[in-house]
Amino acid sequence: MSDSTSTDAPATLYGVPLTDSRGQRVLHPTRAEYLKVVKQLLSDTFTMCSDLTAVDFLTHAGRTLPDGIAPERFEVVVNLLSIERRERIRVRVQVPGDDATLPSLFDMFPGTEAMEREVYDMFGIVFTDHPDLTRILMPEDWDGFPLRKDYETGRIPVQFTADFPARPEAGAQ
Amino acid sequence: MSIVDVIRDGNEPAQGLKPRGEQTARELLREVGAVLRMSEAEAARLGDLPVDPSEDQTMIINMGPQHPSTHGVLRLMLELQGETVLRCKPIIGYLHTGMEKTAESLTYMQGGTNVTRMDYLSPLNNELVFSLAVEKLLGIEDDIPERAVWMRMLLSELNRMSSHLLFLATNGMDIGAVSMMIYGWREREEVLRFFQKVTGLRMNHNFIRPGGVAADLPAGWRDDVLFLLDMIPPRLDEYDVLMTGQPIWRDRLQGVGVITAEEALALGATGPILRSTGVPWDLRRDMPYLRYEEMEFDVVVGGYGDAYDRYAIRLNEIRESIRIVHQILDRMPGGDVRIQNKKVTPPPRARIDESMEALIHHFKIFTEGFKVPEGEVYVAIESPRGEIGCYIASDGSPTPYRMHMRAPSFVNIQCLPHMMRGGLVADAVAVISSVDPVLGEVDR
Repeated sequence: MSDSTSTDAPATLYGVPLTDSRGQRVLHPTRAEYLKVVKQLLSDTFTMCSDLTAVDFLTHAGRTLPDGIAPERFEVVVNLLSIERRERIRVRVQVPGDDATLPSLFDMFPGTEAMEREVYDMFGIVFTDHPDLTRILMPEDWDGFPLRKDYETGRIPVQFTADFPARPEAGAQ
Repeated sequence: MSIVDVIRDGNEPAQGLKPRGEQTARELLREVGAVLRMSEAEAARLGDLPVDPSEDQTMIINMGPQHPSTHGVLRLMLELQGETVLRCKPIIGYLHTGMEKTAESLTYMQGGTNVTRMDYLSPLNNELVFSLAVEKLLGIEDDIPERAVWMRMLLSELNRMSSHLLFLATNGMDIGAVSMMIYGWREREEVLRFFQKVTGLRMNHNFIRPGGVAADLPAGWRDDVLFLLDMIPPRLDEYDVLMTGQPIWRDRLQGVGVITAEEALALGATGPILRSTGVPWDLRRDMPYLRYEEMEFDVVVGGYGDAYDRYAIRLNEIRESIRIVHQILDRMPGGDVRIQNKKVTPPPRARIDESMEALIHHFKIFTEGFKVPEGEVYVAIESPRGEIGCYIASDGSPTPYRMHMRAPSFVNIQCLPHMMRGGLVADAVAVISSVDPVLGEVDR
C-alpha cells in the first residue's frame, strides 16, 4: 500500500479516498473510477472477490462519507481478499437511484456472476456487460425489488382461495 | 438500458438454460471459459467441446428441484449428449424466504433466530459470525468474557464435526454406499444430543448472541464432550475401511469434478473446494478470530481438486476439529458467559424483582432492543462450507439497516457448471454431493 499517506492529509489509495471503518479499510471510488480501481486491486494481489452486495440508503441519506463523495441512493459494496497478503479491502461505490447502473466485474472476477444477479434481483441495479442478468432468487415474473426500502413488507394475498367449510362453533353441538 | 426497459419490455431473459442456438459467445464464456479469464473467441472455440453437436443431438433436461441427490431444492438444467454433460446451469431460489429483508425488522438480539436458520447444518457458525459483526459495530469485541469466547470455539468446532459427519452420510448415500448414510447420521446425532443438552435444541439454537452466549455449559458437559471425543475417532477409522481405501469408492470419485486452484479462486470458492486444489486457505489459521491463533491444528489440503480430495479433506477436518476440542477442554476458563454491559445484556430474572433499573433495562432491551452505533462492518469466519461473512450496515437504530450474509454455498455452487462440463450425468450426483451445498443458505 505504497501511496497511502500519513494521517494529516486525507488518506488515498490509487487516487481514491480511503477510510477506516472499525479497523477495516474501505475505498470510495466514483462510478467512473470503479472498474479502474478494482482492476488495480486485482493486479495488486486481491485475486478473490469474496462478496458483492448493495445497500439502499433511501431512508438514511445522512451517512458519513469522505469529502468529494456525494451520497446516492444505492451503494454497492465489494469485498476483495488478498490470499497472498492475508488482507481484505472493501470498495463502496455510490449508485444513483434514477440511473441504477454499474459496470459488471464479471471479466475480472467470474465469481461475481451470481452475486451481481442477486443484487439486480433484490435492488434492481443493472450491471452492464453482465452475461446473464436475470433474477436469481425471485421468480422471473416478480414485480419489484424486495430489498429496496420502498418495497412494502407485510401480508401478501393467499393464492389458495377454495371455500373450506366453516369450523363448527365451540360448544355448538 | 435502464431498469425500466429490462422489466417492462417483456424481453427479460429467462432464468433457464437456453438452447444452444440462442446462446451468445459471452454466455458460453460464462459457462465454460470465464474462470480461465479467456477472451470470447477462445471461449467460443471451447464451446465446440466435446464433439460439436448439432442441436438435435442434444437434450436439455431438468435435474431437480425434487431430485433426492440435489440436497434440497437445487435445480440443475443439464444439456446432455448421450450421457455426457455438455452444459449445466444451476437454478436456485426455491427456498428464498427473504431472510435478509426479515433481518431489517428484527432487533440485534432477535437477529440470531433469523441467521441461525440459513445454513441449518452449521447454525452455530451463522450465529457466531452475526454476533461477531454486531460486537464489532458496538466496539465491544475485545470485552467478551473469556469463557464465552472459548465456549463459542468449542461449539463451533463441534458443529464443524456434525456438519462434516452429515456430509459423509449424504456423500455416501449419493454415491451408493448406503450404509454410510446410517453411520454418518448416527454419529451426528450424538453431537446434536450434546447441543440439545447445552442449548435446548438440536438445531437453530440461537445460543451464541451478541455479547456472549445464552447460558453457561450444563453440569457434566466435560464428560459429554469427552464421550464424543472417544467415540468418534474409531468410527472415523471405520469409515476409512468402509470407503477411503475401497477401490470402488476411489474409482467413483477420483478424477471426478476436477477444478484447478486458479479456477476456484476466480470463482470465489472457499472452504474444502479451495483447499482440495492445494491452496492452504483456512480463515481459522490465516485470519484468526476467537482464540484460533493459540490452537495447534493442521489445515488439510488436497492436490487434485477432485471429488475424492474434497471427501478426504472433510473426513480429516473432523480429526483436526477433535484435536482442537481437546485443547479447548484443557484450557476452558471459568467466569461470566455474557458481557456485563447493561445496554447489551438483559439483567438476570432475579434482579428484576429487586432493582428498578434492571426492570427498565429489561423492558428496553426486549421491547426496543439496544442501539448500535452508525457504521458498517464485514466479518468473516470459516464455516464448514467455507467463508461465511456477515455485512451489517447500521443507521444507529436498534435494528440493522441492512444485513447481508455472504453464504459460502451460494458462491460455491457456481463451480458446478465448471466441474460437470464434459463429465457423465452419473458423476453429476457425485459432483453436487462433493460441493456440499446447503440450500437454506443458498437461497436465504
